[in-house]
Amino acid sequence: MTQSLERDVEVSRTAPGSSGGGPAEERAIRRIAFGHRLSRWDVKISPYLYISPFFILFGITGLFPLIYTGVVSLYDWHIIGGQGDFVGLANFEWVLGQEKFWIALRNTFSIFIFSAVPQVILALIIAAILDQNLKAKTFWRMGVLVPYVVAPVAVALIFSNMFGDQYGLINNLLGRIGLDPVGWHSQVVPSHLAIATMVNFRWTGYNALIFLAAMQAIPRDYYEAAAIDGASRIRQFFSITIPSLRPTLIFVIITSTIGGLQIFDEPRMYDSTGEGGASAQWMTITMYIYNQGFGASGGGQFGHAAAAAWLLFLVIVIVGLINLVATRAIASNESRSSK
Amino acid sequence: MKISRRTTAVAIAGATAFALVATGCSSTPGGTDPNEKITLTVATFNDFGYTDELLAEYTELHPNITVKQTKAKTSDDARANYFTKLGAGSGLADVEAVEIDWFAELLQYSDKLTDLSSSDVDGRWLEWKSNAATDADGRLIAYGTDIGPQAICYRSDLFEAAGLPTDRAEVATLLTGDWDHYFDIGQQFVAKSDAAWYDSVGSIMQGKLNQEVETLESTDGEIIAGDNAVVSAAYNDILAQSPQLSAHLGQWSEDWYAAFSNGAYATMLCPSWMLGIIEGNAPEVKGWDIADVYPNGGGNWGGSYLTVPAQGAHPEAAKEFAAWLTAPEQQLKAFIKTGNFPSQVALQEAPELLEVTRPFFNEAPVGEIMAGRAAAVPADAPFKGVKYFPVMKALQDSLTRVDVDKTQSAEDSWAQFLKDIDALK
Repeated sequence: MTQSLERDVEVSRTAPGSSGGGPAEERAIRRIAFGHRLSRWDVKISPYLYISPFFILFGITGLFPLIYTGVVSLYDWHIIGGQGDFVGLANFEWVLGQEKFWIALRNTFSIFIFSAVPQVILALIIAAILDQNLKAKTFWRMGVLVPYVVAPVAVALIFSNMFGDQYGLINNLLGRIGLDPVGWHSQVVPSHLAIATMVNFRWTGYNALIFLAAMQAIPRDYYEAAAIDGASRIRQFFSITIPSLRPTLIFVIITSTIGGLQIFDEPRMYDSTGEGGASAQWMTITMYIYNQGFGASGGGQFGHAAAAAWLLFLVIVIVGLINLVATRAIASNESRSSK
Repeated sequence: MKISRRTTAVAIAGATAFALVATGCSSTPGGTDPNEKITLTVATFNDFGYTDELLAEYTELHPNITVKQTKAKTSDDARANYFTKLGAGSGLADVEAVEIDWFAELLQYSDKLTDLSSSDVDGRWLEWKSNAATDADGRLIAYGTDIGPQAICYRSDLFEAAGLPTDRAEVATLLTGDWDHYFDIGQQFVAKSDAAWYDSVGSIMQGKLNQEVETLESTDGEIIAGDNAVVSAAYNDILAQSPQLSAHLGQWSEDWYAAFSNGAYATMLCPSWMLGIIEGNAPEVKGWDIADVYPNGGGNWGGSYLTVPAQGAHPEAAKEFAAWLTAPEQQLKAFIKTGNFPSQVALQEAPELLEVTRPFFNEAPVGEIMAGRAAAVPADAPFKGVKYFPVMKALQDSLTRVDVDKTQSAEDSWAQFLKDIDALK
């Protein structure tokens, strides 16, 4: 990049001096023309070169693995033995025929719903409180971010201890107030709730800060006008804050959808074997992929793992499309209401 | 703390690997300098008893060699790491530990491992131990570290409260017999105590199956767990009495670790490597003891090996190092530290080993007890083939669903097990 610029400078420096003789002039003209061409290329190509590092990196770390996974999914492929026979779509057929795959899909969506919905609602409430005139603002704002700083593995270790079935803290407390212990690991819904709790613990504060930033951008005049019209705080929240947050809401919902469908750390660390429970109660799709490829129960079948990975990709694309449609609906709603 | 130490270790290993690559490029082909400064890495899991002091001893003997150890938390983690990097062709440590249960899976790809046979180490190990490490072409691809001869660990305080004898010799007499006898005494115990008899149905299943030769797979490699009467009988026997006898704990779960100290059960099957785990998880508990007895004779559970992946930069130096680590002197030190019983012939009746005691287990002469249990291990080792590990996992899951989770009946869970192993065929 700098090289081409330097050459450019050099050309423009030599050009005025050489405008005397015949053949020299001709050469100079050609050199000027070349210089022009260079600078034209510079204008045309440079922007792409400037952003290319991202795309080159994406190509290496994103696109290539994606395509290569597609190739692997068509072969009988073992973790150590490597490439085997070409089997066409047999791996996909096998994965779709596995009960565990569908259980994993169910778990993924269930944990996603249990985490995303309360998370967004809680984050909105926290952001609204932080948006008020509190003392020691920065302290409170940084405070909600602390859980986000804690490593997910550490969070999982602490929570899986708290949610122990027989000797966990939470079941002990429930026992104190005379309630039956909950099978946090053995039952399907409680295990999902426990994992969702970990996810919420980590992400609620983060989302709250994003909402807070958006709330601060809302012109204060709106609130003043509303207050003069006699609107209560709650009415202001629902009629001013929420509608103004629409683009941010959409952003948070999309990012948490993608993150939620790929959830791995928390369920994997939820017990010591990391295989998702004896009846796959809390095994998510990403864990299923891991188990097939690397885990104890799968036997190192990369072909099966790759096929499952592609199926997850398809699921995310479908959910993404649904998101897109929903977003459009909200956006058009917005433009109608602003007229 | 544990995690950060591991991360540093991994970082060191990464840096070392990089350094190895760098030195590997600079060295001229053919002429290997015996005094070249090199770093050897050894990757283990749980606790092999290889302390920093022990590894430093090797550097004293070989001043040009520095040794770095990386520890994985569990054997599962080590397995995933090993298989991935063996397939990828780079990234493994110079010496890698493997566990017996997934060793056969690895043995299929023995061409990716260094042949370790040498006249120096001939006859160093128990025959069944080294036989299992010999591939189809007769190459010895791993050096044995420890074996897991099983005894019974018990809580003498709970025994006393239930009116059972507490002295370890009397307990050994009391429990001598077959599995039914062990369960019968258990029924007597639970009738007089709030505690359960044993920790986990999973470990009882391991204990039973490790006394048989053909269990989950036939010797020609077919998965037969679904049709094998030995397996279904063990399954039904265990689950018939588990509602009264089991503490309903899943092995390796948080609850299981917590129960070492809270007296939830009175006995557990105790392979040698379990001693260190009990001691580490219940340091303040008095009452743990160990008896020289095991239902239905003897049995071996687990045990590990060291391998030298062929991808390493210094296979010869690594081989020499692995041979040193698995020499009797070093394995004796490991036994004293962790209780991992050595697989070396020379140590089976060595006086230095027999005199080892453990204060935590009421000054039990664990050297003598474990040597006796090792002698009782049947000579016909259980056959563990390529699919042993995943099938065992499915079987353990089926027991967990009935006894720990209580989400399925024994019949439903068995049906689910059959489906699970079908997916592995």
